[in-house]
Amino acid sequence: MNITYEAVAMGASAGGMNALRTVLSALPETFPAPVLVVQHISPDSDNYLVSYLDDNCAVTVREAEEKEPLQPGTVYVAPPDYHLLVESDRTLSLSLEEKVCYARPAIDVLFETAADVFGPALVGVVLTGANRDGSNGLRAIRERQGLTVVQSPESALAPEMPRAALSATPVDHVVPLNGIGPLLHKLFMGDHV
Amino acid sequence: MATPQLETEQIEIRLLLEAIYLKYGYDFRDYMQAHIRRRVRHRLKDSGMSSISEMQHRVLTDPDFFGTLLLDFSINVTEIFRDPAFYGTIREEVVPMLKTYPFVKIWHAGCATGEEVYSMAILLREEEIYEKTQIYATDFNETVVRKARQGIYPIGQMKTYTKNYQRAGGRRSFAEYYTARYDAVIFDPALREQIIFADHNLVTDSVFGEMQMILCRNVLIYFNRDLQRRVFRLLYDSLVPGGFLCLGSKESLAYSGLADRFEPVSEKEKIFKKQW
Repeated sequence: MNITYEAVAMGASAGGMNALRTVLSALPETFPAPVLVVQHISPDSDNYLVSYLDDNCAVTVREAEEKEPLQPGTVYVAPPDYHLLVESDRTLSLSLEEKVCYARPAIDVLFETAADVFGPALVGVVLTGANRDGSNGLRAIRERQGLTVVQSPESALAPEMPRAALSATPVDHVVPLNGIGPLLHKLFMGDHV
Repeated sequence: MATPQLETEQIEIRLLLEAIYLKYGYDFRDYMQAHIRRRVRHRLKDSGMSSISEMQHRVLTDPDFFGTLLLDFSINVTEIFRDPAFYGTIREEVVPMLKTYPFVKIWHAGCATGEEVYSMAILLREEEIYEKTQIYATDFNETVVRKARQGIYPIGQMKTYTKNYQRAGGRRSFAEYYTARYDAVIFDPALREQIIFADHNLVTDSVFGEMQMILCRNVLIYFNRDLQRRVFRLLYDSLVPGGFLCLGSKESLAYSGLADRFEPVSEKEKIFKKQW
């Protein structure tokens, strides 16, 4: 059976700026789905990450805004100090509820709410990081029959987060950093490059 | 468009919220669903109950449990001088206008445990307009309003708060405003003289006086579009012409239906002025 994937949820922590650039710059402007990103970041950070990624990627990269409807070919990055959630009408919401794994935004919050909404049509990706945020979220994606992808620990600047994810749930694809973008391309757009 | 599991859960949650509304009058039916769902799941896991339907029965028969759920639903993340740059902009752009009024009324809607109310009181005192100001600080949750009224906060945060105060343009030693005792600090009771703390529910209560300034920060992000529009209308109607509306750093007037009735004072700090 062929599944049509409809969204990507991606989480990164330490080392994420470079990892996100590597993954997202491999996606074409015509990428047919929205990409939701949580990168752990200081609460009083400006949105340099967003403009940095936008400058280096063909897809549009923006800071996520509350109540915004999801568009294909667009990357939504959680703002500093807010959790990013997906609503069942496929709009985004923000919340200041307590930190998860010492993090706000937390990858788990994004993954769990996206899994609720997209179920089997979601691809969850855990990238480099030095804590265990994202593990519970990836398990939730798996439980809803979504596809799970983890950056191979040996290709990660900080391998703890990929390792924690791998021990929390069965993972469909363990891929080195530079293979993740091409994998997403293949999952969403077939083999034609 | 939701998954089947989610659909069933959403039905159960709708019934739970309906039960709460009918029994207690608190209306969470138009809150953002993902937020409420996370809070309900969290409580369900913690309580050992087997289903949301069981929780519905419990909430109907046990007011204490309702109190717990009410706290779960309200997000009370706040700090003294949270977003220091916001207060800097208030000092520079808004205070000069407030100074032109003989008497200033400020409504802090959704004041949580009060940290930002005391912040405003300190700022206004330093700007020498506090004497002619009345602050109404409201929240739907009685428990947090009580805490706000006490003005007692854990000492552990004071270093951050002092830094916030300085970054917000504070002009004195921050320690002048509180007394430390054991592991807590209490704010100077004189700061409270111009503050009235009260219960007010933006969802079910009505317009609140003629305000020169309303702060409603990080409250509207939990409301769906319909409710947001209703509450924006309520805030608009509670402002005098030329009055200021201050939102949270990630909130906007985009879905308020009233964007053209306000002009921006600071887009970045989300301060807007009601047109004359």
